[in-house]
Amino acid sequence: MAVSQETVEQVASVSEKYKYGFVSDIEADMAPLGLNEDIVRFISAKKDEPEWMLEWRLKAYRYWLTMEEPTWANVDYPKIDFQDIYYYSAPKTKVNPKSLDEVDPELLEVYKKLGIPLKEQEVLAGVEGAYNVAVDAVFDSVSVATTFRERLEKEGVIFCPISEAIRNHPELVKKYMGSVVPYTDNYYSALNCAVFTDGSFCYIPKGVRCPMELSTYFRINAAQTGQFERTLIIAEDDSYVSYLEGCTAPMRDENQLHAAVVELIIMDNAEIKYSTVQNWYPGDENGVGGIYNFVTKRAACRGVNSKVSWTQVETGSAITWKYPSCILQGDNSVGEFYSIAITNNLQQADTGTKMIHLGKNTSSTIISKGISAGRAQSTYRGLVRMGKKAENARNHTVCDSLLIGDKCGAHTVPYIENQSRTAKIEHEATTSKVSEEQLFYCQQRGLSEEESMALIVNGFCKEVLQKLPMEFAVEAQKLVGISLEGSVG
Amino acid sequence: MLEIKDLRATVGGKEILKGINLTIKPGEIHAVMGPNGAGKSTLSYVLSGRAGYEVTGGSVLYKGVDLLDMSPDERACRGLFLAFQYPVEIPGVASATFLKTAFNAQRKFRGEEELDAMQFLKLVRKKTTELGIKDDMLKRAVNVGFSGGEKKRNEVLQMALFEPDLMLLDETDSGLDIDALKVAADGVNRLRSPERSALIITHYQRLLDYIVPDFVHVLADGKIVKSGDKSLALELEEKGYAEISAA
Ligand SMILES: Nc1ncnc2c1ncn2[C@@H]1O[C@H](COP(=O)(O)OP(=O)(O)OP(=O)(O)O)[C@@H](O)[C@H]1O
Ligand SMILES: [Mg+2]
Repeated sequence: MAVSQETVEQVASVSEKYKYGFVSDIEADMAPLGLNEDIVRFISAKKDEPEWMLEWRLKAYRYWLTMEEPTWANVDYPKIDFQDIYYYSAPKTKVNPKSLDEVDPELLEVYKKLGIPLKEQEVLAGVEGAYNVAVDAVFDSVSVATTFRERLEKEGVIFCPISEAIRNHPELVKKYMGSVVPYTDNYYSALNCAVFTDGSFCYIPKGVRCPMELSTYFRINAAQTGQFERTLIIAEDDSYVSYLEGCTAPMRDENQLHAAVVELIIMDNAEIKYSTVQNWYPGDENGVGGIYNFVTKRAACRGVNSKVSWTQVETGSAITWKYPSCILQGDNSVGEFYSIAITNNLQQADTGTKMIHLGKNTSSTIISKGISAGRAQSTYRGLVRMGKKAENARNHTVCDSLLIGDKCGAHTVPYIENQSRTAKIEHEATTSKVSEEQLFYCQQRGLSEEESMALIVNGFCKEVLQKLPMEFAVEAQKLVGISLEGSVG
Repeated sequence: MLEIKDLRATVGGKEILKGINLTIKPGEIHAVMGPNGAGKSTLSYVLSGRAGYEVTGGSVLYKGVDLLDMSPDERACRGLFLAFQYPVEIPGVASATFLKTAFNAQRKFRGEEELDAMQFLKLVRKKTTELGIKDDMLKRAVNVGFSGGEKKRNEVLQMALFEPDLMLLDETDSGLDIDALKVAADGVNRLRSPERSALIITHYQRLLDYIVPDFVHVLADGKIVKSGDKSLALELEEKGYAEISAA
């Protein structure tokens, strides 16, 4: 039996809570409105970039001008006016602080309010329960603080804003940036290459197991700005790193664009675990405002026995459009994609992955859990491609959709291309509804309707939640409940 | 404890309860018997507030206040417990998590401090030991893959944990082997007190050998057609519903 309309409405009357929706009054240094070659030069100059970087940006920009905005995704939004966006906004404060003491206290306050641990003392002093994580905090277009750099440097790990890496580690950046996602790849990645402002750079040297979690926290604050971040992670032979990213933005009536590019490079026997908790402002219950999250994420497993796993919890954004992908080039390399995508009210998500098997004995696992509530639409779109040389390659895909109420939709679009005679591909898909029976059972034990829903949905997502680092998993579970508030039933 | 007056209810537009009158005083145990489709489960759902069960007439007072006005979770938090005829599966949610979340929700409602994981586990272990229920099901997802008997045992365990004031048991004895039947009866008897009451829906006298009721009612076609003491159950077993209802 489906959930009654009455319940849907009753719960819909409970107000939406997006606790990260505040705006901070921090004076900003902005680029002039709009986009042209001068803006690209402006950004490059602000970042004090070498000439080669500017040249690359300009090439990307000129290429972007020849491209058409893609329309194949199952999402619907008014045409974006790219001339009505600010492409650079930075807090007017000391850039490149050497230590946390130099960071504007007002900014530190913002991160405190967001619950982000921008402090080193506790961990260094061994305070019990202090979260052992290094954070790169990106505020609008710039990185405002990166913690634990010295400690990481001792192990040879480089963790810094990408703008700094371009200046200080040009040989690494030149070698790897654009090698996984070239600027010609797609419309939004071309735009990103032209105007990206900051993001994180991680380099894990050969044989090093990164001693702590690395994370980047993205915050959009200024109005009418786009955030174009770029993240590059390189794991050399026999290394390991777990990286997390989190995202929030203020509540605003306008839509804001976030178009990121993330590239991961994994060498022999190395592993990158990449986790995302995306909680951009989703817009209000009538679909006004919210972030357009158009992101290109791709990992190249270049080495033998290399491994990458993408784990994402996508609860925010008005529109999410992303497919974290794995190019499994090295023999025996492993790609994993674990995803929870929750859409509520009028949110739209078209997300999934691409598993490109090139090497022998490569294997991939896809577990996608899509939850739709309100009038939201959610699409899983996934490609599994087995190349000619991908002998004995294997893929296993499980794609489950859960519907809450009867005004939302879930769609599954799998693409399978197989050129290998020995490859095995398995695909399972289910669609279910939260049953009135389950809700009533929980309520009869004393849980409110919303608590019941949160519990049931968390159960549905369990396999994916388990893949997150512990500290994140607890947060993510709460987030699952919160993001369903206001229109579950 | 419970005062049901001329209660009428429809399900899917069809009238199922056609004027039920029943009063349960604190400390009393009432058994309700009756043919399939008579409306026994419907009565238990109406009392616990399930959506889709529409009350069209009459009133129900629970501890002196209007029960029908409360949300299902409020009823639960105020001490009304329903052991389901068909317990529901909740995939991915460990029984221990489910129980702890619900238990703490009830404590919070009553203004009591919530138990942490350790305290809670200790309490559950105490209950499982008392009832002789294996606690390995605590790790498994709620009712998922449980056998019929295990599901019923799980209901009894939950009842023992929540210590409700009013227990509604809907055919908790159906499908149980003799040992499990004793566990279920033991669950009720342990809670039995001058302040607690129970309404036990059953088809079989054998449960009432272990839980001796104060009153027995026959529900047929949405009405209570006959009431008596425990001997009525024996009489029913002998003669069947048709004869009794007609009488
Ligand atoms: N959703 C529904 N729509 C229409 N009729 C329903 C619905 N749910 C229950 N009924 C009907 O209500 C009547 C009473 O059902 P109920 O489950 O209360 O019977 P019961 O006395 O518990 O029977 P049993 O002894 O078999 O458990 C039955 O005729 C049943 O078919
Ligand atoms: Mg029944």
